[in-house]
Amino acid sequence: MNILVNGDKHDVPEGTTIAQLLSRLDVPARAVAVEVNLEVIPRARHAEHLLREADRLEVVSLVGGG
Amino acid sequence: MATTTQADTSRRKDSLRIGTHTLASRLIVGTGKYASYELMSAALAASGTDCITVAVRRERLIDSRGQNILDFIDTSRYTLLPNTAGCFTADDAVRVARLGREILLGLENAGADWVKLEVLGDTKTLLPDPVATLEATEKLVALGIHVLCYTSDDPIAARRLKQAGATSVMPAGSPIGSGQGILNPNAIRICLEYLKQDDPDYPVIVDAGVGTASDVTIAMELGVDGVLLNTGIAHAADPLQMALAMKAAVEAGRLAYRSGRIPKKLYATASSPETGTIAPKPR
Repeated sequence: MNILVNGDKHDVPEGTTIAQLLSRLDVPARAVAVEVNLEVIPRARHAEHLLREADRLEVVSLVGGG
Repeated sequence: MATTTQADTSRRKDSLRIGTHTLASRLIVGTGKYASYELMSAALAASGTDCITVAVRRERLIDSRGQNILDFIDTSRYTLLPNTAGCFTADDAVRVARLGREILLGLENAGADWVKLEVLGDTKTLLPDPVATLEATEKLVALGIHVLCYTSDDPIAARRLKQAGATSVMPAGSPIGSGQGILNPNAIRICLEYLKQDDPDYPVIVDAGVGTASDVTIAMELGVDGVLLNTGIAHAADPLQMALAMKAAVEAGRLAYRSGRIPKKLYATASSPETGTIAPKPR
C-alpha cells in the first residue's frame, strides 16, 4: 500500500505499524514524533498503530532554532 | 564583605519564573545558525543560560545518520523551549506545538509543557500575524500547553494575548535576526505597564532583534523579565565571547533596573562638596 511520509511516497506492506516503518526507514526512534493524518500518535502506541492506504505521515525531530 | 554577601544572595534569589518553570538565568538562547554544533554547545555554556529554544522539522529520511542536535545538548541541564518557527497559520502552529510536546515528553524534558509560539505573517519581515497568533494562543491554551508568545511591540496585541491566556508575552525589540536592537522602547514600556498592571510578576520577555550586549541591557533596564536571543550570539564573529558579553549584559541590565536609576536632568550636579573649595566660583 502507498503512504506519504514527509511528503514522499512510500510503498509498504499491508499491516505495517508505525514502529516497523520507523525501523524500515532507519529512523532512530529516540526523539522523533509522528503525526498520522494530522493527529499525533504517542510513542507508546507506535508498535500497535497500523498504517492504512493513503495515510499521510509527518516524522519530525528537533533541530537548532531560535 | 557583609554587603557583598547580601547582594550575592539577592542575585541568586532573583530567578525568573515563567509558568511552572523557574530559571536561574534571565537569558534564553536559541540553538540555530551556529557554524557547528560544537560551537553551539560551547556558546550555550558560556551564556550561562538554563533554557534554550529548539525548532521542530521533518526528519531527514534519506540521510538520517547525520549529526543530531541532541548529541550536543545535555537535556538534563537545559530546559528546552520548542518553537513553532516557520508556521504561517494557527492550525500549523498548533500541530507543530503538539509534535514538539511529544518529542520532549519522550526526552523526559521539563519543557514538554510549554511552547514558544510564532505565527508569522510573511517571510520578508518575519513579523507575527496578530490575528493568527491570537487564534493559536487560544487553541493551545485550551490544550493545556503553556504559551510563550512572540508578538510585535504593540501594547494592545500584547494585552489581548495575555487575556487569551498566554503564560508570557514576548514582544520583539526589532525584526527577527535584524540586530537592530530595541527600536521602540516606549512601546515596550507601555507593554510592561499593561501586562504587569495588578500582576507585577507576569513575565515579559524581549524576543528578537537583539544585536549586541547593550541592546540586552537596554531591554532589561526597561524592566522586562528576560531576553530571548539567537542570531546575536550565533552570527557574531566570536560567538563564545559574545555569549559571555550577553550574560554580563543581562545581569547588568537587571541589576540596574532593580537599583532604581537616577532621573535624567538637564543641568549638572556636582559630586564633590561645593563648599570649602580654595578656588573662588566664577560669576
